[in-house]
Amino acid sequence: MSGLHIVVCGSIVPDPLQTLEPVTTPAGPGLKNEMMLPAILDPWAGHALFEAANLAKSVAGSKVYLVSLGPKAKLQQVMMTIGQKAPFELVVADGPASGFTDAAEVAAELAAAIEAIPGLDKSQLLVFGGWQSASRGAGATLQMLGERLGITDQFQGVDEIKMQADGSFTVLERIEGGSYQLSSCAGTPAVLGWATGNLPEPPNNPQIGMANMRLIMPALQKAKPAKVSTGEVSFVAVELPKQVRETRVVKDMALEEMAKEIVDWIRG
Amino acid sequence: METILYLAHTEEDGSLSKAALEVVSAAKDLASGLSGSLAIGLVGRDVQAAADALAGCGAATIYGASGEAFAVSRYSTDVAALQALCQAAKPTLVISVADSRLSRAMPGVAQRLGGRIDTHLTGLSVKDGQPLATRWYYRQRMVADFNRPQRPWFLTVDAGCFAAYAGAPGQAQVQAVTPVLPVERTKVLGIQSPAADQQTIRPDAQVLFVTGAGWTKKQADGATHVPEAAALILGFLNGTKASLGSSKSLVDMGGEGESVLPFLTHLHQVGQTGSTPRHPKGLATCCHGEEPHVVGWRFITERRAVNLDAGCGWARGKADVLYVTDAFALMKRVNELLG
Ligand SMILES: Cc1cc2nc3c(=O)[nH]c(=O)nc-3n(C[C@H](O)[C@H](O)[C@H](O)COP(=O)(O)OP(=O)(O)OC[C@H]3O[C@@H](n4cnc5c(N)ncnc54)[C@H](O)[C@@H]3O)c2cc1C
Repeated sequence: MSGLHIVVCGSIVPDPLQTLEPVTTPAGPGLKNEMMLPAILDPWAGHALFEAANLAKSVAGSKVYLVSLGPKAKLQQVMMTIGQKAPFELVVADGPASGFTDAAEVAAELAAAIEAIPGLDKSQLLVFGGWQSASRGAGATLQMLGERLGITDQFQGVDEIKMQADGSFTVLERIEGGSYQLSSCAGTPAVLGWATGNLPEPPNNPQIGMANMRLIMPALQKAKPAKVSTGEVSFVAVELPKQVRETRVVKDMALEEMAKEIVDWIRG
Repeated sequence: METILYLAHTEEDGSLSKAALEVVSAAKDLASGLSGSLAIGLVGRDVQAAADALAGCGAATIYGASGEAFAVSRYSTDVAALQALCQAAKPTLVISVADSRLSRAMPGVAQRLGGRIDTHLTGLSVKDGQPLATRWYYRQRMVADFNRPQRPWFLTVDAGCFAAYAGAPGQAQVQAVTPVLPVERTKVLGIQSPAADQQTIRPDAQVLFVTGAGWTKKQADGATHVPEAAALILGFLNGTKASLGSSKSLVDMGGEGESVLPFLTHLHQVGQTGSTPRHPKGLATCCHGEEPHVVGWRFITERRAVNLDAGCGWARGKADVLYVTDAFALMKRVNELLG
């Protein structure tokens, strides 16, 4: 088997510990202080990246690309840490990473960025990404991207890929009720939208960081502006959930009473 | 006038799932609200029984793509089948349930037909003669109502948002479509499910029981009590048939070689990078109730928590009741009372 070309699609999202508040902007809905919020690599895309790096290590001659559509100044910050975790070559399309952008438009920009990667061998291609983003959460972009690239073997909610010596592979996809579907695929090209996978987040490795940085800075500099919008969607309302609970904090009740209360509630 | 096409796949036994029937209701409401026409498109090994179940739903035509190739959930064959159904029905609005099979395929179909897609809707209604879709953004942190002008517009709806269609069955006429089959490079080898008695993820359960990292932490006596925790948790699940969920911290321990609860996997994780299950009630134990966890509780209606710490996240408007006590002692007694 010759080397794999693994393209991981992933952008940035606000750190989940931040409080988010919707605001209206001329370009559609956005987040209050969006550019000021600390960002992280979209978590499921992060799992895809770590799985890609792991897979690339096991197949000689493989290469990993991280294709990111996001605001390049914020991407640069996130790359300072992510760049130390796994070897990859960064490809940047400079545009909004908002959850309110349209998946079809994002897929078109990603396809253009991937098609433009010099020396990319589409017959050896695995397109990875998160099965949903933590921003739009649509789980639609990768499929549309795959269609644009002419890839019709696609898997979503992936927790495992196992490569065979002949280039075929098996995939475990999450389905309903805590079960998995096991499939085999004849080989590349394929699209895999990852769930959590099986790997812990790799520790920071300054050596990998140094090697990546040599390519990350030029990639950010030559990032092309990406035209993505909310796709003509008319948002009638974007709101925070209204329900605020009045928590009853039960401290001084006897254990027996608490237990009874819980059982009654569960049975009720 | 809008032409609405409802798409579904049959289950192994030829029926439609409850979640799929829920979205039949959504499609019917949409068609009547828009004074549009409704068509049905079915995919599966044999779609007649499913078509018969929907015979009375008011659809003008029921299309079917059937055969062995469509018996399994696979992107290439599903997209080919759904594309053929759309080409036959020429819809402006296409609607399906957002289950794993259709969530994988519908965006690809939208792309092939030059359409747009919005997924995981939690509401769908009609306002001012237009469809109005509702969905959450940023992992259930904010909710939006919207519509869009592009057609065909594909919509997938999450389970649990509409009452299941329960009209009388009849004898349906299925108009067969013949999809162009792709070269088959992917083979579905099977489904891997936990044994029935170890199946702890139960989407239809009344109660979600969440376990947090506290169950494996050192307790007041300075020691951990993991086997005891496991017995208490399984005891509660057996007594209530609740669905088991977990915090990220607890499921991650497995990967980091720490002492863990053997029946927990990443599939149990609830929250930002886990699931967002839908149950009428939820009970959290030994879990701190931090925001990245609690966003996964968006669709849990009544919430209670047990924690030693009165200042934990649950106390801050995230649960209806917080019991400040030792979960080991409390759950032991709860299990005894459950008998
Ligand atoms: C990008 C990102 C994504 C994330 N995604 C998720 C996610 O999807 N899901 C998720 O859960 N978290 C997620 N997190 C992590 C989240 O922020 C918290 O760290 C995590 O939820 C904490 O888990 P915990 O409450 O079980 O553990 P801890 O914070 O360790 O809390 C343990 C609790 O147990 C209590 N306790 C201990 N012993 C007892 C006892 N005997 N009786 C009663 N109570 C006891 C303690 O008081 C404490 O409150 C994410 C974080 C990030 C940065």
